[in-house]
Amino acid sequence: MTAAQSLVADLATAIATGSVEIVDLTNVLSPDFPVIVLPSEFGQCEPFRMETVSRYDGSGPAWYWNNISMNEHTGTHFDAPAHWITGKDVPNGTVDAVLPRDFVHPVVVIDIAAEAAQDEDFIVTRPFLEAWERANGPIPPRHWIFLRSDWSKRVGTLSYLNLRDDGAHSPGPDADAMRFLVHDRDCVGLGVETVGTDAGMCSHFDEPFPAHSILHGNGRFGLQCLTNLDRLPTFGAVIVAMPLKIKGGSGSPLRVAAMIPRS
Amino acid sequence: MTATREKRDPLARKRLRHVPMGLRSRAMHALSARAAQGRFVLQACTECGNVTYPPRDACPQCWGELSWQDQPDGGQVLCETTVRVSTDLYFRDHMPWRMGKVLLNAGPVALVHLHAALHPGDQTVVRMMIDRGGNAALFAIPAEGTDLMSDPQWREFVVPVEGRIALVSDARSAIGRAVVKELQARGAELVVAGLPGPSLAADANDAVFNLDRVQTIALDVTDATSVAEAASRIGGPLDIVVNTARHVRTGGVSANPGFVEQRRAFEVSAMGFSRLASTFAPILAGRPNGAFVDILSSSALCGEVHQAGFAAAEAARHSLLQSLRQEMRATGVRVMSVFTGPVEDADHQHVPPPKVAPSRIASSVVDALLNGREQTCVGDAAQDAMERWLTDPALFVREKNL
Repeated sequence: MTAAQSLVADLATAIATGSVEIVDLTNVLSPDFPVIVLPSEFGQCEPFRMETVSRYDGSGPAWYWNNISMNEHTGTHFDAPAHWITGKDVPNGTVDAVLPRDFVHPVVVIDIAAEAAQDEDFIVTRPFLEAWERANGPIPPRHWIFLRSDWSKRVGTLSYLNLRDDGAHSPGPDADAMRFLVHDRDCVGLGVETVGTDAGMCSHFDEPFPAHSILHGNGRFGLQCLTNLDRLPTFGAVIVAMPLKIKGGSGSPLRVAAMIPRS
Repeated sequence: MTATREKRDPLARKRLRHVPMGLRSRAMHALSARAAQGRFVLQACTECGNVTYPPRDACPQCWGELSWQDQPDGGQVLCETTVRVSTDLYFRDHMPWRMGKVLLNAGPVALVHLHAALHPGDQTVVRMMIDRGGNAALFAIPAEGTDLMSDPQWREFVVPVEGRIALVSDARSAIGRAVVKELQARGAELVVAGLPGPSLAADANDAVFNLDRVQTIALDVTDATSVAEAASRIGGPLDIVVNTARHVRTGGVSANPGFVEQRRAFEVSAMGFSRLASTFAPILAGRPNGAFVDILSSSALCGEVHQAGFAAAEAARHSLLQSLRQEMRATGVRVMSVFTGPVEDADHQHVPPPKVAPSRIASSVVDALLNGREQTCVGDAAQDAMERWLTDPALFVREKNL
């Protein structure tokens, strides 16, 4: 057996025995799961919809199935580079062209739960990330960066989208933080619990939509509406995220799982 | 939901509700079609001028051709009788039943349903109503100042609002809010205000939604699950559904079609109508005075070049409404259309006046219920559209899409 063969076999065994735990980071895709709300001058995101074709009835006596519809960015979803204008010419920028080797990457989890609880508009800045590295160690290259905000615990309440008279309020990064993660730390992408990789108030930033703009302009990905990030270690987990192979698609709902080594 | 419910024997068998016999002559259906619009019309002979009732195929005096003409609705009660026994299943449920003969100011003597307060010799106003089976029927009421609702016979022809439970499908829109407010003000026992997502924290502080006897509920007509869940949360009796949901956007067919908005308009106006009706119609059918009121655009009649998707969706809704009305005939549930032109709301900022105030639409909804009127046109634009469409549909469609 080659080293690679035994590696894959060992992984399968570890998963089967539980020494590598698989944690589901996906929210349930349901009609009432909130979708991002844009200012009214823009087109809007369609929520998930499901109509039953048959359920062991006259339309299909032995089978149950549904027709479903949604936006590419509904529920727990993946943003491909082509989602943003900055990424329109990035090679392999649509979901169908995402390279298979990008389906699996390690993750660094940055805990901003306390800060987000204090300030719903908490902004992750470059100084914040540098201070985080001094406390936790450097962010290695080619990792997903996940922001654990505990925002997923708000799902099912008005405070998830957190729409107020002046728009949505939720945490996210600023442009310097994104440039640091993309150019200085060569991240694979940014994963968040909120409905967008950018903060709720991001359209009012000096550089608006910094996460979308900088991630996708540099061929990096986004993952949104994640959950269970509080179950991940800071370092050492591996993420499996495979968007649907939608021809020319800008993103896709998907199942996201983490592999976590247990001692 | 906490409304006071009437007491019912939990073991009693479900009460079957009957409707009056539906079979009628073609001439009678022509009368019903006009009565549905709230008109008082009778046939007049184009040759000798004789006004005749009941509807016929030719003038009974000269065999001349008859035409429908609006007529004065006054008259005098000649005689009365009280029916105490009938083999008809519907009337058996409502005995005793008063009927009488009225000499109409228009000329003929007509057999009519008689209000409890009327007696021979009294002056009367005769209303052309639609009975529970969907056919025109003459109902004589006192010429002035009587509480019509006190007569159980009259209540059979209308939909009382006081003490009833109503659902407004989309209460977030200006129309929806106005309808909630009006139903509440007119004494509904409970008004359930449907709120499509996304929910806002501000909803909790909204003055209309915080009115006494008003409760909000999550309801999105584009989502079958949401409609089913809303029905399960309302749970008990529901007497009236007012469908205020619509998705008004500009856009053409070949030019600036806006497929996302067009599709959404169909999801709300047409598919939303079906989802709402299929879920709530059986609940309404169990009620003594169930009604489904649909507010729709008069552009459903003719298309509209600058709002092609919306008008098409409203036309589909109009078609579904006709089918629902026919389906509901056997249950006695009233299916009512309230047509409106441009509304004074956020959806019609680009349209110059005249526009209809949402509060006027709301009062027309209640007026339609209280008078049992199947079809109502609110405001000049809708009334003008309906008149032109009834007169010459081909010309109207052409003019509206110039």
